[in-house]
Amino acid sequence: MRQALLALLAKEPAHGYELKQALETIFGIAYPSPNIGQIYVTLGRLEKDGYVRAVDVEQANRPNKKVYYITAAGREALETWVDEPTEGPRVRDEFFMKLVLAPLTGLADRMALVNRQRRHYLSLMRDLAELAELAERTDPANRAALLLIEGAMLHLQADLDWLERCQEELQ
Amino acid sequence: MSDTPVVRVVNLVKIYQTGGLPVPAVRGVDLTVEAGEFVAVTGPSGSGKSTLIHMIGGLDTRTSGEIWLDGRRADTLSESGWAVLRREQIGFVFQFFNLVGNMTVADNVELPALLGGASPRHARERREYLLGELGLADRADAAPAQLSGGEQQRVALARALANQPRLLLADEPTGNLDSRNTRDVLRLLGRVHRQGQTIVLVTHDARVASMADRVVSLLDGQIVDDGAIPRVRRRPPGGAGDVVELRS
Repeated sequence: MRQALLALLAKEPAHGYELKQALETIFGIAYPSPNIGQIYVTLGRLEKDGYVRAVDVEQANRPNKKVYYITAAGREALETWVDEPTEGPRVRDEFFMKLVLAPLTGLADRMALVNRQRRHYLSLMRDLAELAELAERTDPANRAALLLIEGAMLHLQADLDWLERCQEELQ
Repeated sequence: MSDTPVVRVVNLVKIYQTGGLPVPAVRGVDLTVEAGEFVAVTGPSGSGKSTLIHMIGGLDTRTSGEIWLDGRRADTLSESGWAVLRREQIGFVFQFFNLVGNMTVADNVELPALLGGASPRHARERREYLLGELGLADRADAAPAQLSGGEQQRVALARALANQPRLLLADEPTGNLDSRNTRDVLRLLGRVHRQGQTIVLVTHDARVASMADRVVSLLDGQIVDDGAIPRVRRRPPGGAGDVVELRS
């Protein structure tokens, strides 16, 4: 969330609610609608780190509103984030830990674990497919949202293929 | 009749003889499919899933075990007995469409109905309805080769449904399609399923499998899992999914 807010503020100064709306517009239904409290908490931390600066703007008949600006340090932090390669596919996988360790404890057998996980992934896949249909219907111009959902589906397909490999190898 | 399963397979076994060596492909499968169910069969290549569905459709002979379709014993049928049963009760969709190349799209779809004894008028009406549903009405006079892969697969699906079969069997129906065409085929499968069509489908594609009510997983010719795909907790209204999580 930090970098997303910095990126939005690098474009133009904004107050908290505008940032929430911008995130919703950009990521559409692929993105969990950010909680406004969480945005203000993150902005507070960014301010403490010197990455953003808040300016009170007076409003007629309303309490002042805080408009946030990115600082030079914030811009630098954002550039570093953009330039560095992003974390690749995980090597540590919680399910794999269960798969390897659970039989040692006698708590579950591997076949049952793989089967349960497969059904779970398939139900997630169904949910994503429904989300994709919804996005196509309600917000078809938002390619970012559609690509995010498609990406999640491809990852899930890979997870399922890998589950099949686990079942073949560990049976 | 409604509680007679559409498919019932008992201790089904298939052993291929290749160069004198017996290779077991399906090793004692029990499977029951009720009317209106959509069952996805998954598993690694070589797990026997295609062999299983081919045996259920009579395209491959069993080594031992029983196959009951709609309450009738089918595994003991002759080749021609199977042909009649398939024509009347089973629609089949394959990965590579298998349309008749020198016939038009319309004739491809009408053929099974005509072979099944429908009147030409009835066959034409059914064909017009199905091609319309599939957005292919304007392609009726085209030859299959003039169509894209996705269009050909939709025609194959129309052909499979022409006789309003009790059972639709599909073997990797999206295996050769890009994601847009896959989506079109999936939409149609979803629609016919909602209309009550019984479907048994073999697939590697999790998007396809996730549409089913039930998933059957094969490994080394045996069923290792058979059960419903659970519903995930619905996302809160107005909120969005859990596709992306920005780290704070």
